[in-house]
Amino acid sequence: MIPLSEFREGERGVIKRLNGRGTFRKRLQEMGFIRGSEVFVEKYAPLRDPIELVIKGYHVSLRVEEAAQIMMEKLEQEQE
Amino acid sequence: MKKEAITIALTGNPNSGKTTIFNNLTGTRQHVGNWPGVTVEKKMGTVIHNGHRLQVVDLPGTYSLTAYSIEEIVARRFLVDSKPDVVVDIVDASNLERNLYLATQLIELGVKLILVLNMADVAQARGHEIDADRLGILLGVPVVFTIGTKNQGMKELLDKVLEVVEDRDTVSRHIHISYGYELEKEIKKIQDVIWRDPSVGERFSTRWLAVKLLENDTAVQERVRSLGEIGEQILAQAEASRERLAEFYKDDAEMVLTDQRYGFIGGALKEVLKISAKSKLDVSRQVDLFLTNRILGFPVFIFFIWAMFQLTFTVGAYPMEWIDAGVTWLGAVVTALLPAGLLQDLLVNGIIAGVGSVIIFLPNILILFFCIAVFEDTGYLARAAFIMDRVMHIIGLHGKSFIPLLMGFGCNAPAIMATRTLESERDRLLSILINPLISCSARLPVYILLAGTFFGASAGNVIFSIYALGIALAIAMGKLFSVTLFRGDMAPFVMELPPYRAPTLKSLLIHMWDRSQIFLRKMSGVILVGSILIWVLSSFPRSPDLHRGQAVERGATSATQERVLTVAESEQPVSPSTPEDYLKNSDLNNEMARLESSLLGRLGHLIQPIFAPLGFDWRTSVAVLTGFVAKEIVVSTLGVLYAAGADVNEESDALRRSLRASGMTPLGAYTLMAFVLIYIPCLATVAVIRRETNSWKWTGFSIGYSLVLAWMVSFLIYQGGRIVGLG
Repeated sequence: MIPLSEFREGERGVIKRLNGRGTFRKRLQEMGFIRGSEVFVEKYAPLRDPIELVIKGYHVSLRVEEAAQIMMEKLEQEQE
Repeated sequence: MKKEAITIALTGNPNSGKTTIFNNLTGTRQHVGNWPGVTVEKKMGTVIHNGHRLQVVDLPGTYSLTAYSIEEIVARRFLVDSKPDVVVDIVDASNLERNLYLATQLIELGVKLILVLNMADVAQARGHEIDADRLGILLGVPVVFTIGTKNQGMKELLDKVLEVVEDRDTVSRHIHISYGYELEKEIKKIQDVIWRDPSVGERFSTRWLAVKLLENDTAVQERVRSLGEIGEQILAQAEASRERLAEFYKDDAEMVLTDQRYGFIGGALKEVLKISAKSKLDVSRQVDLFLTNRILGFPVFIFFIWAMFQLTFTVGAYPMEWIDAGVTWLGAVVTALLPAGLLQDLLVNGIIAGVGSVIIFLPNILILFFCIAVFEDTGYLARAAFIMDRVMHIIGLHGKSFIPLLMGFGCNAPAIMATRTLESERDRLLSILINPLISCSARLPVYILLAGTFFGASAGNVIFSIYALGIALAIAMGKLFSVTLFRGDMAPFVMELPPYRAPTLKSLLIHMWDRSQIFLRKMSGVILVGSILIWVLSSFPRSPDLHRGQAVERGATSATQERVLTVAESEQPVSPSTPEDYLKNSDLNNEMARLESSLLGRLGHLIQPIFAPLGFDWRTSVAVLTGFVAKEIVVSTLGVLYAAGADVNEESDALRRSLRASGMTPLGAYTLMAFVLIYIPCLATVAVIRRETNSWKWTGFSIGYSLVLAWMVSFLIYQGGRIVGLG
């Protein structure tokens, strides 16, 4: 398992675990960050923070420090 | 069967097109207010359908009803306490999975629900095929398709609302989302305790109550605790159940519940949603790759902001001139129509001039808000926040706070209104509090006058340093407030980046008008009262000596005039060479003397000791007082008091000469500039702060802290400067 913050642009993975506490975790979960969800790293902002992700078919941004709380399993990269 | 008025609550995720549907339904028959006690906007409107009067309440857009954010608390409180007849959940049909999460919570709440699959065209274009009938049966909720942007499906929606209200609908039934054996067992246990007192079960859905308690929902816990003995029993059972579940699942119950809800949604979608081959080109994504590009992102952003200001201040300048001309004309007409006297003076110099000086900003405000509406409705605002978040995060703010702060350079009043685009109340308050430190354009004339007079060639650098001081203080205060007043509750930056959309003109105009209307309404309130107050202070007491026929005074060198001469400490302004000049100066001196003996002048003398450590004399003190109405007034007040004429502007040579002759030093001038930068936001801004914070406490705090800060900073500059020998 590696944290989502260590993913590079264009990589995808599956959520294994959410760290962090109450409100933050709950909020992430409600937005669809639940175990087994697939996440695609669309891009980093120009200043390398935050990150834009695609999850459950929509785009969402997270700060790097927040993405570090999401433990992932990397998926093989698809060729586009 | 006909009910008098049917209440419909619109709910839905942000970016689901809820506002467009609300506008379609209610058109111009809507009004905007605030939810009691909070700064969240409350929109209501009415629609007549088939002879029924329907009242539509637009609840804040939320992703869930967990009651973490103020918006969620407001929405939930309305649903639970006001019990609307029908709840319409507006769902982005192209983004069903996450959007249905809110629907599961509404189902649980046991309200009469209609599911609206909005943006049906977008979903179709993306190859999403939705079996609405099947979805309706699975959720036990009637489903309607709409395309908000094309105004399609509104009649069907309203028909459905009436059907549901009158129980004619065949799909509606109450379903339970099954959470699996372990959770259901604990839910049942809690429900059993609740049923010990049947009156509780009649007021709330017991299942909802049980689930919320398992989720450790503090708002519901408080409610239950207030029930007394039975409440304690319920809470005890809930606590025991939570502990058992945590042990079983090795995770908090609320996490498991969320997982299960998404599991339920996933299961339903498998049956109703078919996604055919994705369209080849995602236009929105292509646009975004350019707009938030690592290299181009910032330049493009800066260009948009530059364009917004250009539009606001160059295009806005024309209608501003017209309004200015109109106000002047109105003043002239009233002067001509009414006999000279108190009433005429009050109308012309008090009300018309006062309100006119603020209403002149209306074109700027309309244009600024139009631009913001474009940013917001196209989806660019979220990208701007995305780009800027790293920078804003330093002062504990969200990326979205950047736009309101930037707008402050134009005018703080609309800038503070623009904080409505921020989701969390904490960010909103913080942005409101530091916004006045961003130097607005009305302060520029004061800088130009003072810097031009005392700093000559380096005036530009001096003015720049004042702007920089403002920004530095905004950052420092932002940081200070976020670690003291707003400690801890920093919201996670989970921000949706909605697909780019072409906005409709109608929604842009409604958006713009909503906000401008608030500004206009204020004219009749606080600003009117404020203008009258300043007028009263500067017009009373009406010294009979000065007002009994000016002809008398014009001839003679009255005692008053002599006093004025000594006050002015300068021989230059009053050295009449021609009779006309003499008359003009004489009028001016009367005005000056009158101002000094007015309440305002006395007040100036009274408060002067406070300002003495900053090097201000009584005239500067008065100027600072009148600057509260609008900061550029500081220039015209200085004009009157330093005997250069009331119609001076910052370029006026006469005023510059007399300022230099008055004994003001460059250090004193710089101190005054710093003070004008920081002290109390102007009247219009204070009114907006009151409106937007919905609290006198925060308004008072804003005034108080800026005064204290202004004094302290000015003191440091003046006394520090003297120590190092600049004075």
